[in-house]
Amino acid sequence: MKRTVLAALATAFLSTTAFAGDVRVMWYSDGVEGEVIQDLLNRFMEENPDINVTLDNVAYKVIQEQLPIQLQAGEGPDIARVTNIKEQAGHWLDLTPYLENPDDWRENFGAQLDWMRPDGSDIIPGFMTQLTLVGGFANKTLFEQAGVEMPGQGATWDDWVDASAKVAADQELEAAFAIDRSGHRISGPNVSYGANYIGADGMPAPVDDGVKTFATKLVDWTNDGKMLKDVWVSAAGSTYRAAADDFINAAIPMYYSGSWQIANLSTKIGDMFDWVAIGSPCGTDACSGLAGGAALVAIKYTKNPEDVAKVMEFLARPEVVKEFSERTLFLPAHAGVVSDGGLEWQTEDKNVAAALGKFVEASAEVAPNAAALPAWKWANVYYGALVTRISQVMAGELTLDDAFARMDQDIADQVAQAQQ
Amino acid sequence: MRSRRPSSRPLATTLQKAGAILIAPVTAGLSLIDRPLRAWQKKTGHGGMAAVFLLPNMAIFGIFVLFPLAVNFIYSMTGGTALFLADRSFVGAQHYERLADCTNYLDTATCKDDMFWNAVWNTATFVVVQVALLTVVAMTTALILNRDLRARSFWRAVFFFPVLLSPVVVGLIWRWILQREGLLNLVVVGMGGDQTNWLTDRNFAFAAAVGVSIWAHVGFYALILLAGLQAIPKDLYEAAEIDGTRPARVFWRITLPLLAPNLLVVIVLALIRAVQVFDEVYVLTGGGPGTSTMYLTQYIYEIGFASILRNPGLAAAASIMMGGVLVVLTVMQLGLSRRNNRPGR
Repeated sequence: MKRTVLAALATAFLSTTAFAGDVRVMWYSDGVEGEVIQDLLNRFMEENPDINVTLDNVAYKVIQEQLPIQLQAGEGPDIARVTNIKEQAGHWLDLTPYLENPDDWRENFGAQLDWMRPDGSDIIPGFMTQLTLVGGFANKTLFEQAGVEMPGQGATWDDWVDASAKVAADQELEAAFAIDRSGHRISGPNVSYGANYIGADGMPAPVDDGVKTFATKLVDWTNDGKMLKDVWVSAAGSTYRAAADDFINAAIPMYYSGSWQIANLSTKIGDMFDWVAIGSPCGTDACSGLAGGAALVAIKYTKNPEDVAKVMEFLARPEVVKEFSERTLFLPAHAGVVSDGGLEWQTEDKNVAAALGKFVEASAEVAPNAAALPAWKWANVYYGALVTRISQVMAGELTLDDAFARMDQDIADQVAQAQQ
Repeated sequence: MRSRRPSSRPLATTLQKAGAILIAPVTAGLSLIDRPLRAWQKKTGHGGMAAVFLLPNMAIFGIFVLFPLAVNFIYSMTGGTALFLADRSFVGAQHYERLADCTNYLDTATCKDDMFWNAVWNTATFVVVQVALLTVVAMTTALILNRDLRARSFWRAVFFFPVLLSPVVVGLIWRWILQREGLLNLVVVGMGGDQTNWLTDRNFAFAAAVGVSIWAHVGFYALILLAGLQAIPKDLYEAAEIDGTRPARVFWRITLPLLAPNLLVVIVLALIRAVQVFDEVYVLTGGGPGTSTMYLTQYIYEIGFASILRNPGLAAAASIMMGGVLVVLTVMQLGLSRRNNRPGR
């Protein structure tokens, strides 16, 4: 009896305590990357039998809503794949003392390290698993069936929406296009119409004519039925909604999201129809998307920083980054891998390589105001206010003028709250 | 084929024996402490003994209810985005002032926190409409299920089944039915109608939230009313029948007055639940279109956990205010229950 009780206590203790050699990774997937990373981690464990890595595949919502609470409570996994990188930078571990060659990391991942560091710091918290760029996709088959020519280089948002509306009308589709319900997604277009979120003092600037112009267009397109209404209207607050399934189901001929959707589209669309990446349509000032990506970061509350560093070093090796990118169809963030070239995308889908090429081409067009946003502390606050208030206008709860005033107020309140 | 013989031992005896086997160790244990307990009771009186038995329950209640309540109140008086109280600054009643800052409480546009007041008025509307309809539907269901129907137990189970489902499952099922490419549109289009975006229409989304909530909970309330209906003496109905009383008059003069205590319980419980509405509506509509189905609990969740920069202090203040409403409703229920249970009523 005594032995049984002791065994039960030992089991309970084991299940709640992190031992040397245990590393937990919290991971979300847009496409097939969950399977790929598990393969790579299995290989790591073969090389390092004394380290046991557990991959917790979770929904993106968990990363967005539950991980921040865990981090605030001083808990969480040892490593996490996140997109709100800058905002939570205070929770990342500085890997510098544990890395065999920190300079190698600075050299190869240096361009994005400021995206994940607290302002003014020079720590190495992790690396980008991929670089992404916001941009659009078009259903080539639907355009061809409707006999509508796709707008070419330098086409504006109006050109694309009008052309897509013709396709939608001809093919009796739900709507002409959709943009994910995300402030991040509309910020490239806002910048294309001249928006600048960052004030001279580095703090949020009031919403300007650039924001107002594109927000007005977005509301008008929604009211006209050109933009798919459910995506932005069927949720409250700053909740994220993607319209990928509507594009995959051929309910819309044009979809504005980003390069991370390529593997998802390729897997789910298969040979149902041909699709192409179209980059970012132009505004009055630019034809800009917004760069970003998901970072793999070490969490400073880990009990096993040395083991965490070993896992991170393995995953950051050039050959591993190259394989991960080739299998997941993600653009790599490793400068060495990019300069060496020769990436062989592992897909038989003819649409993929062209789409990736288009995004690489579009990355050269990112406007300076957009390029500054990934490393700006208040970007997510701005994005959240945009989504919440524009959705209310689309639902008929606010006028655009009221919404703009509320956006400024929301941003100011959140900044004040964060500084208390 | 073996014939089924009646057991020589009656079932009740078997159960009693089984119970005795289970209870024996407990009674043996109690007999050990019986003498010291009696001695202590003699010394302290009955009140002290009651306190001893209440202590474990009070400890659990204190740890899991009173302590979090106190912490929540402290949170509501602090600012910042940190979770550790030590990292939070004292801001006094700032959050309460922000929530109460309104020029005209009926016009949410004049409120500093318009989202909060949108949620308050949405909740108030939901509570009034949902509770009224739920009571009527539950009463009708109970009256029907109380009749001598064929397969009555089956029908009772059918109405009770949704109560067993998780609210998230309820929300998902109805979302699949009502969404743009859902079952309802499939039927509408199949019958030659136009596909409609039901959940992006403000009025329909509200109606859907009310309807789904009623569907999910009506079985529980109908069961309470059914129990009340079955407790009404049959001879009253027989006497009314002999007198030739019309069915409507029987309902108003016999059924309703005798069902009043159960009806009261139903209304107050439904009110409390309606104020707390969250999960099934959150899954169904996400609070949209706009903020038209965003209720108070979702507001607290969004501000405290889901928004880009969380504001635990503001969420705590809003939850304290909502808790105040629930306390009023609970006190009301207790008062009315006591009045109904008074001798002579």
